Amino acid sequence: METLQTDVAIIGAGGAGLRAAIALAQADPKLRIALISKVYPMRSHTCAAEGGAAGVIKPDDSLEHHFNDTVSGGDWLCDQDAVEYLVQEAPKELIQLEHWGCPWSREPDGSVAVRSFGGMKKQRTWFAADKSGFHILHTLFQTSLQFASIQRFDEYYATELLVDEGRCAGLVAIEMRSGQMRRFDARAVIIAGGGAGRMFPFTTNGAIKTGDGMALAYRAGVPLKDMEFVQYHPTGLPSTGTLLTEACRGEGGVLLNKNGRRFLQDYGMGPETPLGKPVLKTMELGPRDRVSQAFWHEQRKGNAVPTQWGDAMLLDMRHLGEKKINERLPLVRDMSISYMGVDPVTDPVPVRPVVHYMMGGIHTDIKAATSLPGLFAAGECACVSINGANRLGSNSLTELLVFGRRAALSAMEYVQSGARPTGDTALAALGAAAQGRVRELMQRSGGTETVAGLRKEMMRTMEQHAGIYRTGEGLAEACGKLADLRRRYSGIELHDKTNVYNTDLLQALELGSMLDCAEAVAVSARERKESRGAHQRLDFVERDDQNYLRHSLATHHPGDAPRIDYRDVVITTSQPGVRDYSGDHK
Amino acid sequence: MAEQVTRKPYVREVPRLRWFFRHPRYLRYMAREVTCIFIGAYTLLLLVGIRRLAEGQAAYEGFLQALKGPASVLFHVVALVFALYHTATWFNVTPKALPVQIGEEFLPGRVVAGAHYVVWALLSLAILFLAGVF
Amino acid sequence: MSERLVELEVLRYNPETDSEPRFQRYSVPCQSEWVVLDALNHVKDNLDPTLSYRWSCHMAVCGSCGMMINGEPKLACKAFLRNYEGVIRVEPLAHFPIERDLVTVIDDFVTKLKRVKPYLIPKQDKPVSEGEYRQTPAELKKYKQFTLCINCMLCYAACPEYGLIPKFIGPAAITLAHRYNQDSRDGGRDERQKEIATTEGVWECSFVGACSEVCPEHVDPASALQQVKIKSTVDWYKEHLMPWLNK
Repeated sequence: METLQTDVAIIGAGGAGLRAAIALAQADPKLRIALISKVYPMRSHTCAAEGGAAGVIKPDDSLEHHFNDTVSGGDWLCDQDAVEYLVQEAPKELIQLEHWGCPWSREPDGSVAVRSFGGMKKQRTWFAADKSGFHILHTLFQTSLQFASIQRFDEYYATELLVDEGRCAGLVAIEMRSGQMRRFDARAVIIAGGGAGRMFPFTTNGAIKTGDGMALAYRAGVPLKDMEFVQYHPTGLPSTGTLLTEACRGEGGVLLNKNGRRFLQDYGMGPETPLGKPVLKTMELGPRDRVSQAFWHEQRKGNAVPTQWGDAMLLDMRHLGEKKINERLPLVRDMSISYMGVDPVTDPVPVRPVVHYMMGGIHTDIKAATSLPGLFAAGECACVSINGANRLGSNSLTELLVFGRRAALSAMEYVQSGARPTGDTALAALGAAAQGRVRELMQRSGGTETVAGLRKEMMRTMEQHAGIYRTGEGLAEACGKLADLRRRYSGIELHDKTNVYNTDLLQALELGSMLDCAEAVAVSARERKESRGAHQRLDFVERDDQNYLRHSLATHHPGDAPRIDYRDVVITTSQPGVRDYSGDHK
Repeated sequence: MAEQVTRKPYVREVPRLRWFFRHPRYLRYMAREVTCIFIGAYTLLLLVGIRRLAEGQAAYEGFLQALKGPASVLFHVVALVFALYHTATWFNVTPKALPVQIGEEFLPGRVVAGAHYVVWALLSLAILFLAGVF
Repeated sequence: MSERLVELEVLRYNPETDSEPRFQRYSVPCQSEWVVLDALNHVKDNLDPTLSYRWSCHMAVCGSCGMMINGEPKLACKAFLRNYEGVIRVEPLAHFPIERDLVTVIDDFVTKLKRVKPYLIPKQDKPVSEGEYRQTPAELKKYKQFTLCINCMLCYAACPEYGLIPKFIGPAAITLAHRYNQDSRDGGRDERQKEIATTEGVWECSFVGACSEVCPEHVDPASALQQVKIKSTVDWYKEHLMPWLNK
């Protein structure tokens, strides 16, 4: 097997991966960096983020406000030392992006503009029209091109980490175009592979969000933390599931039920605010979990708007006017017209909650280090945790930058501390074993299962039993079903057994990642007998700080369900309180 | 997993002489480009006229006579049509090459193109006036 | 929800089994609001898992799914079945070598993108601690349109120059260089001119305009290239007629 030596291997070339690569290249030009991704960097799902990135810059805002909004938004499951670090680094990172050319939208005087976003007390969301993630990704990708020390491996799918003598020593990956496997011997590895929303049938996530990065770490023995917390974004298109940014509501859009009522006021987010004059942190600018949950209740009451794709609510932006929509929400208008046949300038747009983000992921400490020496993680695939039980919109893009850089610095420190490369014979054996496992899948015959078939069953299970509201019974059934799918996975026979760009194989491997992540989600959810943030149970409706002010840790047991342990949340200044998004909150 | 590389990217050849038949927009492009042959031919004709003028009155009168012949009239009509097409297509794409930003907004393309048409009309009127048409 | 049976004629190619590409027909039951990508996904999930193609976001922002649909370069996620009648022909993006089925080799494009130095080379250095560079909304608008390129390469598939002369740097790459040239914070134009004001750069362009016609994001690369030509011409005259201006 062809082998490459490198100092730091980064798996995933989205916002976090690119930021890490640039940070490494700048900090030490002599470091060899291998940036490995299963897609070309500009295809990474960071490109689909729309609303913006949060960072304190207004004079009436403060790091303390950003901190408090994030911690209460996360229902106090955030590690507060990590949140302190995030809010402190955020403005610097966003200015750094601007220095790299990011086309942030501006105030008339030329300073960077910020807008309102859900759950935030002050305006602090930096934005680039409604394509902020797209511009951030392209700015980072284009900036990365000037560094000769960043060597890119585009369309390489990492299948396994190499772990030797208790530390991470590299990885093996398939070069998609030839089907050949390559071994990367690295002194440190950073995983920035994104989330796993595609385990659900209805999601804003693109095809590539299959949790491969999470699975790599998980199978190498690193626990996945807080996997049960899956965020539903309130405003996805019913036809495709794709995203209409929260900025629609930040700019003044409102949500209506079939009777034309702004129903959020019936769910603790009232009183009704004047049309077109949103008040921060209430009504339509409440946090995503509360808004999605309100829809679920309205649906049960029969107040949802029926569409050919199922129930929906109406996002009304007509009062914003054509000029404002074209300037601030052009992508939203284009998508509504193209995919729903509705022009937001003249009609309300049907929307519904869709799976959007995973708060959980690879357990890391505040320096982005995992429990496996030499392995680091950042971005949606990681869980530090700064998002706790529910993420506030526009904190994620900031997280990519802050922790992408942090992971790079930690990896560099690790490498410079004298991490010596593992012996070649040990790695050759590990590599050969990994290759053998892929070969077995490719050459298997007599199998009765298909990738698409198992994937559909997995999605149906997650949708039915691990959705916005869960029950003990439903979760138990999900766990059983997913365990069954896990066993049936070894019965898959590929239809395509050739080597060049084999996407049947790719999808089979991605399904394996999703099944592992899905099982971690379901089992963690079953064990958490409370409701907190995005994890809501009909059989345990209250938050239980006594027993559950703790993170869940799911540890992989090959051939069996994960084992769940708990870990205390780090509390510094903010004691758990009531999340108050009514207009009377202080 | 193959040990030998089995890649064999396939290159689809582009027909060098007939590529513009592949799509209507290429035909439109070639039509626009072909007009320059007629513009060029007319320019040559003007040069010949100047040459005849330099050769004296008889030569020049002969030139003017030839211009009245049927072949010449046909050529002029065809050349005029192509020149108008050439002019219109170029005026219409000029805004792309010359964006005019006033304040924050850009002037709409039709304003820039329209200005060209207006100037063209005025110049044409001026020349016709000088030529004694009115 | 109305359904419709759609006939897809897809160009297949597997270097391990085929000496050249061949068409394969699929009959796909489709929903009326579907796009070609949805039909392809149905084929892969239910009819033929061996079909390979790139896709991800399904909202025309990642640029993965560019292909030729009835001979026109389009994003498969934005090619609505309601706009097509009869058999729909699906082929890999033109002017790029075929790797496998609908997957092309885009190395040439990626190399050219890097070549034009598509990153900010600041006019003036400024530490992050001093805050952002000031840029008015008017200055932002000057280059904003050219930042919208999703690198989908439909323009390369449409450009006959690129088809006939593969060393042409091409619409998207030159447009990206222009994007930075127009950015008020940038001072790197001279460096980029070395790459784009060349024979295989902007001077290969003959303003066919096909690129702008097919661009799904309305970037208008044709406009960017003509602007580069004009500026380069002015440069040339200045350099040769007014040499005293050069430092």
